[in-house]
Amino acid sequence: MKGLGELERSIMDILWAENTPLTAREVGRLIEDRDLAPTTVMTVLDRLARKGFLNRTRDGRAWRYQPAASRDAYVAELMLEALDLTGDRDAALTRFARAVSGSEAEILLKALTELEEE
Amino acid sequence: MIAAAVLATLATICAVAAWRLTFARWTWRAPRTAILLWQSLGLTWGLASTGALLAFALDPYRKGVVHGLAEFLLSVEFGVRQPYDYLRLGALVAGLSLLAVLVALPLAAGAQTLRARRRHRLLLALVARDEPAVPGVRVVDFPGAAAYCLPGLKSQVVISDGTLHLLSSAELEAVLAHEAAHVRERHDLVLLPFAALRRALPWSKLVRDAQASVELLVEMAADDRARQRCCPRRLATALLRFGTSAALPTPQGALGVSAPSSVMARVDRLVRPEVALPAAHRFLILAGSVVLATSAPLLWLLPG
Repeated sequence: MKGLGELERSIMDILWAENTPLTAREVGRLIEDRDLAPTTVMTVLDRLARKGFLNRTRDGRAWRYQPAASRDAYVAELMLEALDLTGDRDAALTRFARAVSGSEAEILLKALTELEEE
Repeated sequence: MIAAAVLATLATICAVAAWRLTFARWTWRAPRTAILLWQSLGLTWGLASTGALLAFALDPYRKGVVHGLAEFLLSVEFGVRQPYDYLRLGALVAGLSLLAVLVALPLAAGAQTLRARRRHRLLLALVARDEPAVPGVRVVDFPGAAAYCLPGLKSQVVISDGTLHLLSSAELEAVLAHEAAHVRERHDLVLLPFAALRRALPWSKLVRDAQASVELLVEMAADDRARQRCCPRRLATALLRFGTSAALPTPQGALGVSAPSSVMARVDRLVRPEVALPAAHRFLILAGSVVLATSAPLLWLLPG
């Protein structure tokens, strides 16, 4: 049995891979872990919807779930923060180094070449 | 009136010392000591400047800031009789407002930071993967170079897929040792109050420079930790590769801020290390910081 976090992840992956809204039953069929109780799938879908990662629409007696944003959008959001491009300069993350541009990059490139030759 | 004058002098000394410290280069030879001095200066400046205003306002009580303030709050009687008292009233309002701002800001910044981290953590859980080559590190599929630490009770070190391709294994090891130092020493907590102050006073060059100095010192402190565990040269080349990895086009409306030459300063330090500051000097600075940080609270108690 996978952890809840791992399950959330695989369910998101399934919904991102399918381009159409799915019901809990359909998600359960696509999931690798066949022993999973249908209620567990429903619980996780509900959690993800409450966190805002899934949108759901009524379909008869069931709900259909669909990702609120694409995977790439989330990666972009993470990396904007990681590269400190949000313009915030907050202390949420500690970063290794920032990329530079223009003449400064040339100086760094020269230093790198020198270090590699030595 | 003596307490007010001494506190005002102390606040001025702190401001001048902070200004001088932004130019100082000895700090690079002892980053951790310098960080402590910065913290002490910041704290003392805040307490001294608010204390000076309050001590002046509460002078007639002759009981010092702490007890004078307690008496004023209990009696709610300020006694405005002559024009001079309006000046004191103004100082009281200014002092209390400044104190409120200095306490509320770091708290608000802390709450905002926690929210940002929570969101970041949630997203990471959904899109980051584990990579057998780098156990314990989260990898995000992104072609650019990125390596950072998401601090918290369970800190996470995150790198981009692009970083794996950009760096050799020895360089990657050095970067991870650097990030592990951030995690262990909770450098995010050092940066938080300075980031909060900067947000409060965005126009102040001194505050901006102070934040930049502390940011650089924190990186240097982590570099020092990393070089104890791996080759400093590899850390230097990793820094240079990061710096020259084609900077992505800056998204609209976002600032591509980078402190000029900070990367080069770190590289120079790693490749041509200077002698560390002598232990006696470090001890003196340390003792000075402690004396400074305890002086302001004591002056808050000084009557008259």
